[in-house]
Amino acid sequence: MRSNLSSMVHFLLALIVAPLLPGIINRTKALMAGRNGQPLLQAYFDIFKLIRKGAVYSRTTSWLFRAGPMVNLATIIVGLLLVPFAGSPALLAFDGDLILLVYALGLARFFIVLAALDTGSSFEGMGASREVTFALMVEPALLVGLFALSRLSQSMSLSGILYTSGVTGWSVGAPALVAGALFVLYLAENSRIPVDDPNTHLELTMIHEVMVLDHSGPDFAFIQYGGALKLWLFGALFIGVASPNITDASIWMREGFAIGGIALLSIAVGVVESSMARLRLLKVPQLLVGAGALSVLAAILVLG
Amino acid sequence: MNDLISAIVVLIVITNFLLLGAGWLRASIRIVALQGFALGLLPLLVNQDGLTVRLAIIATLVITLKGIVFPRLLLRSLRELSSVRAITYYVGPMPSLLIGILVMSSSLWWGYVLPLPDQTGHRFAIPMVFFTIVTGLFLIVARRQALMQIIGYLTLENGIYAVGVFFAQSESMLIEIGILLDVFVGVFIMGIMVFHISREFDNIETGQLRTLRDWIKSRKELPSKDPQA
Repeated sequence: MRSNLSSMVHFLLALIVAPLLPGIINRTKALMAGRNGQPLLQAYFDIFKLIRKGAVYSRTTSWLFRAGPMVNLATIIVGLLLVPFAGSPALLAFDGDLILLVYALGLARFFIVLAALDTGSSFEGMGASREVTFALMVEPALLVGLFALSRLSQSMSLSGILYTSGVTGWSVGAPALVAGALFVLYLAENSRIPVDDPNTHLELTMIHEVMVLDHSGPDFAFIQYGGALKLWLFGALFIGVASPNITDASIWMREGFAIGGIALLSIAVGVVESSMARLRLLKVPQLLVGAGALSVLAAILVLG
Repeated sequence: MNDLISAIVVLIVITNFLLLGAGWLRASIRIVALQGFALGLLPLLVNQDGLTVRLAIIATLVITLKGIVFPRLLLRSLRELSSVRAITYYVGPMPSLLIGILVMSSSLWWGYVLPLPDQTGHRFAIPMVFFTIVTGLFLIVARRQALMQIIGYLTLENGIYAVGVFFAQSESMLIEIGILLDVFVGVFIMGIMVFHISREFDNIETGQLRTLRDWIKSRKELPSKDPQA
């Protein structure tokens, strides 16, 4: 176990650097399309601009609408506390924290959905319905995949599961399968392109964006910041599963590997977004169930 | 060596899932070709005696037939059905995938109940074989088009071939080549049949073959219409 200092530094790093990730993705997309694109720090500018503004609340909404963005951000930060980074344990590590992580993400989604339903707009209700439908397939895939890895590493804590699979783990094939599933879940959870298009504002295709249409000012800043943190969280999970065992490497190696990995992952997402179209809404569940099948296969390989 | 075998076993399981979730005929043909290619590599890895002439011949034959010739034949009959691209279903891709997950889990149980006689085989060999066979049968039942039934048949045959690879390592070459010839003729004839069905009925939906009943009905009705009969 490493010192708690590096865990603290990683947590702060995530809080500060996360809004850079949407910037990297957008910059990659712009470069692929032959444009210059927005500045890398655009997400910071947006968040600071929104925080300075006032919020507008519809008279039909209740406290749920105001609580939504706050609970969303708070639960994602709790999730971030649980995910280890660069080979050192997470700030909060205990047996069974992987279940808490999945539930924290579930709670975040639940409150965004409630806030969307609270507006009474049929439009946002549609987005909420889509979001929970897809979540129904994301969560089992995530849990089964994490349980497969937990069985493989004989640990019930994320800090014991990630960054420890090593070469022996890969030879079983399970971590590779879970990493494949996690990449799909990463795209789905962060509403990236094969599942949802973050740029679209067309009612027929939107999922996440449509739920947050009525939020304004600081509330919307919370949602955007929460989205950036979620990118970092899932990126850290993916890197942790896909990485070889680096717990014994030097500190610069580990940090460089993890931070470079997250940056590369964002570039990969940009490339995926530029090279493929959004899937039809009916095809998305197939993709997610496919990810679930990979997770179950990994679990069977580990259990058998 | 065992790692390579498990990689191929996992690859075959993944191709089964891809087949269950596929939406395009062309993609399914490619996937079944990949499965055949992976199967062709299996005997080279499973056998303990190393590479023998017999194994090399069988592997080459299997890879050429299942990986190249069959897909070519199927793609050619697909080209002739220029209007048909998408797979049509009795059971959609989503339920198919879920059923696939269930079948895969239960075939693990089959693996426990029916262990290989000697411990040479891979521990996931039998579950993979069962899953492949059931996938093939399922595709035959749950897809509407005649072409998908050929693909289901090929998947089924792939599974049966895999049993042979793990189970009977010293099978006579004559038998293996004989089976391959049978499968080749089968696929060849089915391809021709699909072509004729599509030319006769303008589609390859097996459900539409029910309209053939009209012929029986009209023959029954004939006597009443025709007083001379």
